[in-house]
Amino acid sequence: MVLAGVLLITPGSAGAKEMSPTSPTSPWGPKPTKAFKGDKCVEPVDVMRRDHMNYLLHQRDETVQQGIRGKKYSLRQCIECHAVPDKQAGGERTVEPFCGECHKFAAVTIDCFQCHTNKPEKVKSTEALPSGPLPPGHPTMNKKTSNSTNTGSWKKKTLFAALDPALQQGSTCNVQVR
Amino acid sequence: MSKCAKHCPEIAPNDAQNAIDPGRRRLLAGAGALTTLMLAPGVSLMMSGAVEARPAGVAASAKIRWGILIDVSKCPDGCDLCVTACKDENGWQETGRAETNVQWIRKVTLKDKNTGAIKTLPFMCQHCAEPPCVDVCPTGASFKRADGIVLVDKHTCIGCRYCMMACPYAARSFVHEQVTNQKPHAPRGKGTVESCTMCVHRVDKGQIPACVEACTKAGNRTMIFGDLNDPNSEIAKAAGQHLTTRIRADLGLDPGILYSGL
Repeated sequence: MVLAGVLLITPGSAGAKEMSPTSPTSPWGPKPTKAFKGDKCVEPVDVMRRDHMNYLLHQRDETVQQGIRGKKYSLRQCIECHAVPDKQAGGERTVEPFCGECHKFAAVTIDCFQCHTNKPEKVKSTEALPSGPLPPGHPTMNKKTSNSTNTGSWKKKTLFAALDPALQQGSTCNVQVR
Repeated sequence: MSKCAKHCPEIAPNDAQNAIDPGRRRLLAGAGALTTLMLAPGVSLMMSGAVEARPAGVAASAKIRWGILIDVSKCPDGCDLCVTACKDENGWQETGRAETNVQWIRKVTLKDKNTGAIKTLPFMCQHCAEPPCVDVCPTGASFKRADGIVLVDKHTCIGCRYCMMACPYAARSFVHEQVTNQKPHAPRGKGTVESCTMCVHRVDKGQIPACVEACTKAGNRTMIFGDLNDPNSEIAKAAGQHLTTRIRADLGLDPGILYSGL
């Protein structure tokens, strides 16, 4: 009983001690690498954390089966921005350090990269981006808005904020301009 | 709000961005004609490359039927430029074992037993209008796109290989081993069936398939790619002038790959 009590209390108290209002992620959680390119994701970071799998799943069917291309969400665009130099790949850019961090933590196995490459495309400067032109209303076109408060239901947001103190500060996408 | 509407907001193609000023269009047309003249008669890239790119967010149209016309009489023996181009474009290598070899595209040798005449021709998925691989697929992974291209949706393929059994052209193959270093536009993975995609990623961008491009650039002009439904397309005109053969036409599958000179 005593041991169980200690186990229950310790993570909470340790977390509370280390928690900093400016910390981008919670101290006990995974720490995905910062994006290699771009200053803002296609959706606010909290939305992407929650719904990225739905966006990808939905759009992939449209692309493969109906041939609809150039829409907002694309695995290739994820890789384009989030692939970072990877020691295990001999310094080549791969998306493994980004995706793997949370997926290992949550014990959710993804099989995207059994078929898709996890490396970005070597695009010539004259060619268009893999996902085509950015659609109107794409967040990167509106650089002034940095808060994620305009999206997501309050219930989900409140729940997520309870788990991640960074969101209580009004989170911005923690990617870096290179 | 439905899940679909939430995740996939409609995106109108940016007309202002895509529009071409009429004056500039005339200039471009003139430049195109000049290029054609300069390349003729050896290579005429403009004719085979005349495929329109589909705007972003627009689905493939059922008004189009993509096809390839292969003039066997122009196909040089021993030339495998189309096969090499396909390998480079789609990132596959031969396994070295006949039983499990990759079948995206291959050169087939025909021999007339009576006369001894030998001819080679490129052979790949025939992109049937009535594809038997689609009929037998238990999961719907094998499907025909609206514009006639027959594909495997590897997300839903369970690797049962019924489609390989059903295909009379042996145009499909199974990935037996783990694949690495795939091309970003051509995902391939162990446990799924694959075949020629008619370079669907290129066609959607307004380019022609890699095999046709390689053949045209080399000056062989064996293959013509285009819309079979468009009477003004080069392929439809060529198919209207010469007698064409569909392989195993007796099966009534109406392939999109036509052969002439067989």
